[in-house]
Amino acid sequence: RLRFQVSAALREGRVTPTELCQRCLSLIKSTKFLNAYITVAEEAALKQADESEKRYRRGQPLSVLDGIPVAVKDNFNTAGIETTCASNMLKGYISPYNATVVQKLLDWGAVLLGKTNLDEFAMGSGSTDGVFGPVRNPWSYSRQYKEKSVPKFHSEDTEANWVITGGSSGGSAAAVSSFTCFAALGSDTGGSTRNPAAHCGVVGLKPTYGLISRHGLIPLVNSMDVPGILTRCVDDAAVVLGSLAGHDPKDSTTIQDNFKPFELPNLTDVSKLSIGIPKEYHAPGLSSEILSLWSKAADLFKNAGAKVIEVSLPHTCYSIVCYHVLCTAEVASNMARFDGLEYGHRSDMNKSTESMYAATRREGFNDVVRGRILSGNYFLLKQNYENYFVKAQKVRRLIANDFVKVFRSGVDLLLTPTTLSDAVPYMEFIKEDNRTRSTQDDILTQAANMAGLPAINVPTALSERGLPVGLQFIGRAFQEKQLLTVAKWFEKQVKFPVIQLEEVKRHDHGVFQHQKSASFS
Amino acid sequence: QKVRAEVLEHLEHLALVDFRDSEGVERLQRAIQFADQLHEVNTDGVEPMDSVLEDRCLYLREDDVTEGNCTKELLKNAREKVEEYFVAPPGIVLLIK
Repeated sequence: RLRFQVSAALREGRVTPTELCQRCLSLIKSTKFLNAYITVAEEAALKQADESEKRYRRGQPLSVLDGIPVAVKDNFNTAGIETTCASNMLKGYISPYNATVVQKLLDWGAVLLGKTNLDEFAMGSGSTDGVFGPVRNPWSYSRQYKEKSVPKFHSEDTEANWVITGGSSGGSAAAVSSFTCFAALGSDTGGSTRNPAAHCGVVGLKPTYGLISRHGLIPLVNSMDVPGILTRCVDDAAVVLGSLAGHDPKDSTTIQDNFKPFELPNLTDVSKLSIGIPKEYHAPGLSSEILSLWSKAADLFKNAGAKVIEVSLPHTCYSIVCYHVLCTAEVASNMARFDGLEYGHRSDMNKSTESMYAATRREGFNDVVRGRILSGNYFLLKQNYENYFVKAQKVRRLIANDFVKVFRSGVDLLLTPTTLSDAVPYMEFIKEDNRTRSTQDDILTQAANMAGLPAINVPTALSERGLPVGLQFIGRAFQEKQLLTVAKWFEKQVKFPVIQLEEVKRHDHGVFQHQKSASFS
Repeated sequence: QKVRAEVLEHLEHLALVDFRDSEGVERLQRAIQFADQLHEVNTDGVEPMDSVLEDRCLYLREDDVTEGNCTKELLKNAREKVEEYFVAPPGIVLLIK
């Protein structure tokens, strides 16, 4: 199911874009219980597929992506298609424009199937806190997971035992993982692409800050947000990266350097590589399973001739606290635009402008969002600005400098775990509140956003529970080619298993009904 | 130290978002407590970092109008409008609790 294979098949006429599109749409329908999609743009997708087909018949495909079904996280603006950010604040909001990355995908001929589910406004690490309900990890329905469950349970038990996708780009990760699309866009501010990628057993790439345009990505933290790429293999991620990267005049935070798309070489000799193992990433709560996997991976590189050394990023333990302050502060600012006046939800309250704004925001935002806005405003108060916001900006520099020092010492890449454990069951996940969860889960991914560095999750192995575990590589700024080349080599070595999705069609109706009530409880 | 009531009220006014209940206030308390860990770090002589791209020049373009004329498109998403105006309730009156 590699895209290269599919692209070849399209070029040779062995499958048509329309057939491909229809297959994906049909699969989306039969996996509806995953709740990965908020909006499916069936008509538009079929139309794009038809146009792609015409191009292939003329022998003039626009690119390798022509006719390839993709999905986009619902915090990217898509012209004519609802963009909700999984929030009541934007329910019914039809974007008047395409985000630059969406436009690029369409310009290259990709077929946009729909918008994927997320935590409300991308705040969260479970994809459980959106108004359309939680996303279910496809691996919950895999033979691999069911076989490992003790005691052997029946299909009804899946209701209680399904595991989360991680977040906040859970819908995109689930969509790619369940084969309903070949690539999906997510966003990554603290790990939101890499975390669900790890839990769903897919490749999740966070590009260097400034490489890919954020124009049209509804912002969370302007100084850290990046569009993320989710695919089933590293080569595919490189192809998508190649179609999206480059300066965008509409996003002044994109660098002006000329970007040249690249094909990944098949690395055979890693003896010239220096891999750093940051000791602080042996974080509290890291499962022994993942620790062992991480160690095995380091050995893999060592045995292949690479130099593997322990390094230190001393301020790692402060990255979450730092993020907490900077994120809430930027969120407080970014969420100010939602006032009901120009777009989105508007309250019926009309006693005064301010009371209308306040009521609109009370009705439109969930607790998580409101909580972050209030915290952010607190840290930005005149009396707190120096002690919290500016202090956090200083700590940010220390965190970024840690990476600079390590890369300057000759290390090419860092190898770390992506998550603390495999995916937890939904029932267990919701016992802790969103901020606690995010705090725990972001610890291994967040620092890369602080420093703006590229990072990638590569699915590595299955846990004892039969669920995916991934490892993360962090690279130097704008050195995506090196990062992806090594990631591809690693991917080849570990041979991560293909998900064996059980036949779930017969569960469709019962599960869907049940899921509906569970979503609105 | 607990956050004073005037500060809570001030925050609700600035944010135009309410705490709703004691849980909301507790959430803020915990957030502050969490953030206080920052003060363990010695940042003497360290400059605040605004952007990871601080060593680069920001892209500036010519101050020419290149797009626009999409009034109709933009007004489509607004609930209350009159001709080409977004309509708000009277503004001078402050937030009424």
